[in-house]
Amino acid sequence: MPDQPDLIKLFFGRLTWDAIPFHEPILLATFFMVAVGGIVVLGSITYYKKWGYLWHEWFTSIDHKKIGIMYVILGIVMLLRGFADAIMMRLQQAVAFGDSTGYLPPHHYDQIFTAHGVIMIFFVAMPLVTGLMNYIVPLQIGARDVAFPFLNNFSFWMTTGGVVLVMMSLFVGEFARTGWLAYPPLSGIMQSPDVGVDYYIWALQIAGVGTLLSGVNLLVTIVKMRAPGMTMMRMPIFTWTALCTNVLIVAAFPVLTAVLALLSMDRYVGTNFFTADFGGNAMMYVNLIWIWGHPEVYILILPAFGIFSEVVSTFCRKRLFGYASMVYATVVITVLSYLVWLHHFFTMGSGASVNSFFGITTMIISIPTGAKIFNWLFTMYRGRIRFEVPMLWTLGFMVTFVIGGMTGVLLAVPPADFALHNSLFLIAHFHNVIIGGVLFGLMAGITYWFPKAFGYKLDPFWGKCSFWFWLVGFYVAFMPLYVLGLMGVTRRVNHFEDMSLQIWFQIAAFGALLIACGIASFIIQLVVSYRRRDQLRDDSGDPWDGRTLEWSTSSPPPNNFAFTPRVHDLDAWWQMKQHGYERPQQGFIPIHMPKNTWAGVVLAAISVVMGFALIWHMWPLAVLSFAALILVSIIHTFNYKRDYYVPAAEVVSVEDARTRLLAKHV
Amino acid sequence: MLSITRFRGLILIAALPLLAGCNAVLLSPSGDVALQQRNLIIISTGLMLLIIVPVIFLTFLFAWRYRASNKEAHYDPEWNHSTMLELLIWAAPLLIIIALGALTWVSTHQLDPYRPLARLSEGREVPAGTKPLVVEVVALDWKWLFLYPEQGVATVNELAAPVDRPIQFKITSSTVMNSFFVPALAGQIYAMPGMQTTLHAVINHPGEYEGLSANYSGAGFSGMRFKFHGLDQQGFDKWVADARASSATLSRDVYLKLEQPSERNPVQRYASVAPGLFDAIVNRCVEGNRMCMKDAMAIDSQGGMGIPGALNITTLDPETRERLGLTGTPPRKYVGAMCTSTEGLVL
Repeated sequence: MPDQPDLIKLFFGRLTWDAIPFHEPILLATFFMVAVGGIVVLGSITYYKKWGYLWHEWFTSIDHKKIGIMYVILGIVMLLRGFADAIMMRLQQAVAFGDSTGYLPPHHYDQIFTAHGVIMIFFVAMPLVTGLMNYIVPLQIGARDVAFPFLNNFSFWMTTGGVVLVMMSLFVGEFARTGWLAYPPLSGIMQSPDVGVDYYIWALQIAGVGTLLSGVNLLVTIVKMRAPGMTMMRMPIFTWTALCTNVLIVAAFPVLTAVLALLSMDRYVGTNFFTADFGGNAMMYVNLIWIWGHPEVYILILPAFGIFSEVVSTFCRKRLFGYASMVYATVVITVLSYLVWLHHFFTMGSGASVNSFFGITTMIISIPTGAKIFNWLFTMYRGRIRFEVPMLWTLGFMVTFVIGGMTGVLLAVPPADFALHNSLFLIAHFHNVIIGGVLFGLMAGITYWFPKAFGYKLDPFWGKCSFWFWLVGFYVAFMPLYVLGLMGVTRRVNHFEDMSLQIWFQIAAFGALLIACGIASFIIQLVVSYRRRDQLRDDSGDPWDGRTLEWSTSSPPPNNFAFTPRVHDLDAWWQMKQHGYERPQQGFIPIHMPKNTWAGVVLAAISVVMGFALIWHMWPLAVLSFAALILVSIIHTFNYKRDYYVPAAEVVSVEDARTRLLAKHV
Repeated sequence: MLSITRFRGLILIAALPLLAGCNAVLLSPSGDVALQQRNLIIISTGLMLLIIVPVIFLTFLFAWRYRASNKEAHYDPEWNHSTMLELLIWAAPLLIIIALGALTWVSTHQLDPYRPLARLSEGREVPAGTKPLVVEVVALDWKWLFLYPEQGVATVNELAAPVDRPIQFKITSSTVMNSFFVPALAGQIYAMPGMQTTLHAVINHPGEYEGLSANYSGAGFSGMRFKFHGLDQQGFDKWVADARASSATLSRDVYLKLEQPSERNPVQRYASVAPGLFDAIVNRCVEGNRMCMKDAMAIDSQGGMGIPGALNITTLDPETRERLGLTGTPPRKYVGAMCTSTEGLVL
């Protein structure tokens, strides 16, 4: 049968049994654990007959609250994966000295640091940020859902599709060995002929569709769907930061899509945009990817700033100091974030004037950021500060973030950057702002809004454990990296000769273990809180004595608002409470709501198949899945049953139940 | 430099614990450029601490003073605006950034790696008529090649220079991006294929220093290290003489073999170098039948060659590949030279 090998090659492309990493014990063990865990989860879902529930109530749901929760769950799950990568790197660097080469060969180590960066940014921070915005923004602006509910569901599943591809690369083939931004020529077909970079490209392209559409969705929601009376300057700060973040997403992510498309053309059809030969130039890629990459940093940090603003004013029981200057600061940061990208490569050889221009624009960003820090500080001034867990995260942030900001401005001085670029000092800096800023903010936000989403508070003991482990762990893990950076140690190295460095890496590894305890405490906190949910229950819907509209509803609110609220003040709910607001108890009318749909899940699943086919060069399958994608999209447009009315009687019964519940507690 | 000396003593004290605990090469470098960068790091840190320290202090102070249990503290739930304070909190960071921005503009131009050095170290100008030592640096997969056009020698994974003589590095790469970095000497600059970057530096103290690639470049990246020897003039002359005494020479053939991927190569010295080799490396035309990038660009600036140009693709011919021992590697395609000269190849 001389034809057979060709047929196999036609249908399976590059995929052979060799792609399964049987020779890598670490990966096999991981696979075994994932498989066992997966079977247990899937088995119990089947055993308890929850598939129908999951499908109807969650997977196909277009409710922004459920989608928000799914985003957050996705982010937490991927945090475990990204952190597993982190701790493997820390262990490798702690032992790989002198004669010992450590336990990870370069082939594996290089995939790990690439995967760590990609996962933490795209599949941890982004889903968590998007999840919180999804849940909170409509509630804060008095809307019943986002502007495009189906798109929201589709966006979530596309993001999940990217995750599926990244996770698949663990066990089928391999991931990129290029660093998280995959600079060519290293990521080109000459230097990286295997599937790693293709996994990278297609995971990010598929997830990128989700991110971009979700950005459009939230942007339109905030611009068009605010409750009457909520002018721009009465929007809660979190909504403001969400607005700016989504502007950044809409403006920046197409650049990433384009630059990855150019890279994939270099790899798939032999163009030469970024190759070393035939007139290509890799510097173009570096510029383009950072034109996306720098705004991306602000996409993550702005919502965190918003969370801190909400938390500070709630837990200080005081109006936010300098609301207007907070808003202007956010907008200034949004605009400036497009004028600084070159500071990621001062060392690429631009002239002194270009370098100083970008250095100075970078420093200018620290002015509005500094103003924000002062605003939080003066919100605390003359407040009544309750040190609940969200407030602890905020205080931890304020101290930690200014240190990260300082080292950041230092790195913005080009000659200083020549010495510190690509060093562990740089690594320490951006973990300082991403952990101390984004992650602390997300943890504050999750703790703060958890009772809104589930009707009970998170257990404060384990929350405090998590906070202190994270805070101390962060300092123990990353301060040594600052020192190592000043000792001239650079990033992504898997083996060292200089034994005097080892102690610092061992301290850092210990810090990573403390952070592991922090993550474990958070998981325990979720479990403990679930089991103690009756003691921790909050029926009022307003457990922290909040100030913004989301606290005016029940937790969680089935249809958000029975009546669209009317806004008279910046702190709308606080003002309503001050003026003796009474819930309307009659006169309810039917509520117009969107209907669940299967299309998002199916489209994303087909996209994953198409991505997989393209990665492995399975051309017939790629063509087939692309055709299916188009076909399903068209079929979906013929679905006219997209909305329904919640009957007035149901609204009445929901609201009456709440009235009785509230009366019980008065 | 803006008042470096005034700040230095003060701020060095803050950095002392770091210095005591380890050998932080960036804080005690041996080259004047790295030293100026160190000073810049310290001054900027000091400038920023002017605002960072009060912020951290106020955070703790306010958190403690306005804790909910402290009923004596003034509580003003509606207080949310003060024009004076707002001006202050925007002006304070602004002033710091104006100072830092001025410092950045001046220092970035002074320490521009393309700019020939003006001084050897503080207070010592470069004597008139001094010609810098030119070193041509090529990042290969995964080792460093250094060419000394003035001395006519070359080395792999070993760099040397006389103390107190300005050095001009011309930096390129064979395949992927790397970053040329000798922390004790000066900050890093990327090494990129088909391009040449430049770095000026000087070493002030004799010694053996670490050099490395600071930009991840693939599997052998971690082993891309070399020793940089700062030598007195006699020592340098001897070092050059040793290299000249080597039996190896760096012909184009030898280079084409050398540029094949290999890891942790031992130090290698070459007594002589094929003429025009570095120029050919930068222009990606070490192979005799390959068009140099500068020629391709010259042709393109005249309007290009149209369709025939697109078809002018070739590879190294099989005999040469066999002679160089490259038969096991996939042939690389490139644009063919207009007039093939095999002389260059045999040289």
